[in-house]
Amino acid sequence: MQASGINVLFLGRNFARLIEGLWVTMRISLLAVLLSIPLGILLGMFMTLRHPLAKAVSRVYLEFVRIMPQLVLLFIAYFGVTRTFGWNWSADFSAVLVFTLWGTAEMGDLVRGALQSIPKHQYDSAAALGMTKWQTFVYIILPQTLRRLLPPTINLTTRMIKTTSLVVLIGITEVLKVGKQIIDVNRFAYPTASLWVYGAVFILYFLACWPISLLARTLEKRWR
Amino acid sequence: MYMTQLDWEFIARYAPLYVEAAKLTVYIAFWGILFALLVGMVCSAALYYRVPVLRRVIAVYIELSRNTPLLVQLFFLYFGLPNIGIVLSGEACAIIGIAFLGGSYMAETLRSGLESIDKSQAESAASLGFGRWLTMKEIIFPQALAVSVPGICANVIFLIKETSVVSGIALADLMYVAKDLIGLYYRTDEALTMLVVAYLVILLPVSVAATLLERRLRHAGFGN
Repeated sequence: MQASGINVLFLGRNFARLIEGLWVTMRISLLAVLLSIPLGILLGMFMTLRHPLAKAVSRVYLEFVRIMPQLVLLFIAYFGVTRTFGWNWSADFSAVLVFTLWGTAEMGDLVRGALQSIPKHQYDSAAALGMTKWQTFVYIILPQTLRRLLPPTINLTTRMIKTTSLVVLIGITEVLKVGKQIIDVNRFAYPTASLWVYGAVFILYFLACWPISLLARTLEKRWR
Repeated sequence: MYMTQLDWEFIARYAPLYVEAAKLTVYIAFWGILFALLVGMVCSAALYYRVPVLRRVIAVYIELSRNTPLLVQLFFLYFGLPNIGIVLSGEACAIIGIAFLGGSYMAETLRSGLESIDKSQAESAASLGFGRWLTMKEIIFPQALAVSVPGICANVIFLIKETSVVSGIALADLMYVAKDLIGLYYRTDEALTMLVVAYLVILLPVSVAATLLERRLRHAGFGN
């Protein structure tokens, strides 16, 4: 039967399987974002230290992680580390690790920018009120930076979701792989399946990321 | 620990493969970014002048392109479109993919550049008898470009990094060669080292040039 390829999406559990595939990458990216936020805040604080060594170390880390394509980092973590050190990390673990390292670098730079955008008189006024360094940070600086940080952090989440689509290339069965399986199984009954399946994957990613982008933009406008 | 010395003979023997692959990466990046800039210029102009219908179409395009991963876009172009009679070579898909993705990023960057130019500039030009086209060409665009340069540079680096994804549609770029060598000879260390070096050779000069360009253009703003 040469039926229209769109039907293939609704055969059996195909659609549910695609959603499950998307969830695989979403889970990796959400986990990486959740780990990146606290680590990035620490890195950002570390980067504002005036110590030259702290500056140099964080700079090299940031530049390397940001200049290398994430796919290269994934290959290093998944293929390279196993070969060099004999640590046999699973693909999921490698992915979470790489995206956390990357997210921490991005987040760290955001935090550094936000911390440095706080005017100096905020620190001086807090000191004049007799607050300790820690109190100043927790009650004065942090609340102000968090507000500035929320929209770019939400944006980082969508970038993370989009970038984790790469994990199919280190063999994780996510939405693209599931799509390919569906296409291969239905090769003869639905020869045009690939158009519809990959089109559906495209739309699914869009539906996952778009609301998050909208939220970031709304917050940015409201808090400007 | 399995840490071993790198096999320099192996590296010397297969380095030419990386040179060839790097050429492909640069080729795709160059044309992709060029078209992305063109798309971005057209879209940002349409948004800036609020062209009635076109403006909505472009808004939809920007949302679609920014909220989906390049890998998914490429799969759709390369595996999906042949079903409706559009058969494109791998290279063409890669360049179109980069242009489709980059176009929206460039459009957003250029638009915010255009909108940052004070209205008085256009009004002064009008009072001096400049037409619409001349005002744009001689007054608005040069200033907007100077404002947009940091964003454009960031986009260029981002897009070069994104080209690493094209190995997913069987193009023999740097990622592909590295994966091939790992699969054929199990020389993971050497293959990945060469991969990192190759990307550094491509991206570091671009990154340094971007920094220099930004520093040079910081003085180009009017009135500050």
